[in-house]
Amino acid sequence: MMAPIRAKELNRNGSKTLPRPAGGKWRLFVRGAVLPVFIVSVWQILSSTGTISTQLFSSPALILKQYWNLTLSGELPHHLRISLVRALLGFLLGGSCGLLLGLFVGMFRKFEETVNPTVQMLRTVPLLAITPLFILWFGFGELSKVLLISLGAFFPLYVNTFLGVRNVDAKLFDVARVLEFSRFSQMTRLVLPAALPNVLLGIRLSLTIAWLCLVTAELLGAEAGVGFMIQDARAFMQTDIVFVGITIFALVGKLSDSLVRFFEIRLLRWQDSYKG
Amino acid sequence: MQPVLAIHEVSKTFYTDQQVTPVLDKISLNVQEGDFTAIIGPSGCGKSTLLKILAGLDAEYSGDVQLKGAPILRPSQEKGFIFQEHRLFPWLTVEKNIAADLSLRDPSVRKAVDELIGLVKLNGFEKAYPRQLSGGMSQRVAIARALLRKPAVLLLDEPFGALDAFTRSHMQEALHDIWRSNRTAMVLVTHDIDEAVFLSTRVIVMDARPGRIKATVPIDLPYPRSRASRSFTELRTRILNELEHREAPEDYNI
Repeated sequence: MMAPIRAKELNRNGSKTLPRPAGGKWRLFVRGAVLPVFIVSVWQILSSTGTISTQLFSSPALILKQYWNLTLSGELPHHLRISLVRALLGFLLGGSCGLLLGLFVGMFRKFEETVNPTVQMLRTVPLLAITPLFILWFGFGELSKVLLISLGAFFPLYVNTFLGVRNVDAKLFDVARVLEFSRFSQMTRLVLPAALPNVLLGIRLSLTIAWLCLVTAELLGAEAGVGFMIQDARAFMQTDIVFVGITIFALVGKLSDSLVRFFEIRLLRWQDSYKG
Repeated sequence: MQPVLAIHEVSKTFYTDQQVTPVLDKISLNVQEGDFTAIIGPSGCGKSTLLKILAGLDAEYSGDVQLKGAPILRPSQEKGFIFQEHRLFPWLTVEKNIAADLSLRDPSVRKAVDELIGLVKLNGFEKAYPRQLSGGMSQRVAIARALLRKPAVLLLDEPFGALDAFTRSHMQEALHDIWRSNRTAMVLVTHDIDEAVFLSTRVIVMDARPGRIKATVPIDLPYPRSRASRSFTELRTRILNELEHREAPEDYNI
């Protein structure tokens, strides 16, 4: 009998890609860090020498100091916690609706014909245009913010899940019929795993949008949250705190994206696609 | 004895805009328990269509097909089906592909899957993904997946057609071993005369447009069969003659 390759000879991912040369990871990091380090240094030098106004442009050292102060006073953790809870609630609400509706629209033709045109129309309405209505209907409280975020998070997951379901290999449905999969098994064992690459992409996009909508919602009126912190600091010309808020948004956004990327790599190990 | 598969006057016609194309014309055939039936014929003779009808994947035909006395209405696990391509789930490992919707945590499933992995000689590859397997190995996983459901009959639609000659003869031996060890009735659609004579207990020769049974050739050679033996060559020649013998060639409009 033939046994040309042994399982042991395949590496963990089973891929046959060449390993990067030694120290490659370090060099990659350096290459990516050159530009930001340069900009931050120039910025610091310019403000230290008084070439630019620290009042308007602040400086890296001042921003770091504010980070320290705000963390010690408990202000930053407080605002961050409130923002995170809002974004997470909005994402969970909007994302799960998008996922479910996308699945149904993908699975059932009649459902698609009834629901999809309306959703596609709503998708093109700018969120900022709806915000005044949301405030009128749901007030300035948490509800209108969470709903605004969930509306933003809904569409990317909806569109990508729908696309993912439609990309499932039709031949595998024949297999599911021959193996007598139940409706539930067909959904959980065939449609969802096959659509997973698209669903994960949708989750990444939804998370980003949720984060963007959060800022919109908080800038429009809030008593707490990172967006409120920025708005408040702007009123008092505290540019360093504005920068703290901006960098926090960037950091948390990047972290959440990396988290999904991490799951993506683990869950999609079976994929055999071009890796560059 | 009641046949596993009873096919009675099955006909099927394709209707397109301008044309009416008869695909199958009154096919009648019985498959007994433990039989290995090979169906051979030129392309377009409807042999794959017939197999899809037997699997319950195609319900638009006239006539009557029964599995152990009950009419075939839809696909079921009792009729194992091996497609031309392996059609494994790319996101599942070999063992999970075989189990498919059954849980490997169930000890009886675990045991059956392990036995089948031994039967199709894939030990050591339990945790491999389909993309890491060769074509022959993938097709063996597909066979194991069908056998786990203990089908009354295994329907194979040109399963080795896409494999290279070397792998193909290995796979034929593997399929023969499987058939010898568990005696599941098999219906193999193929266009390879050698494959049909090497494996089957009888060969059904089909004719194209409309597809009908032209001849039934019993293969009573003892196993293991040698492709070079005289009786093998004689049977091959006989089937070849049946395939090429055409009564009214001018009737064929292609």
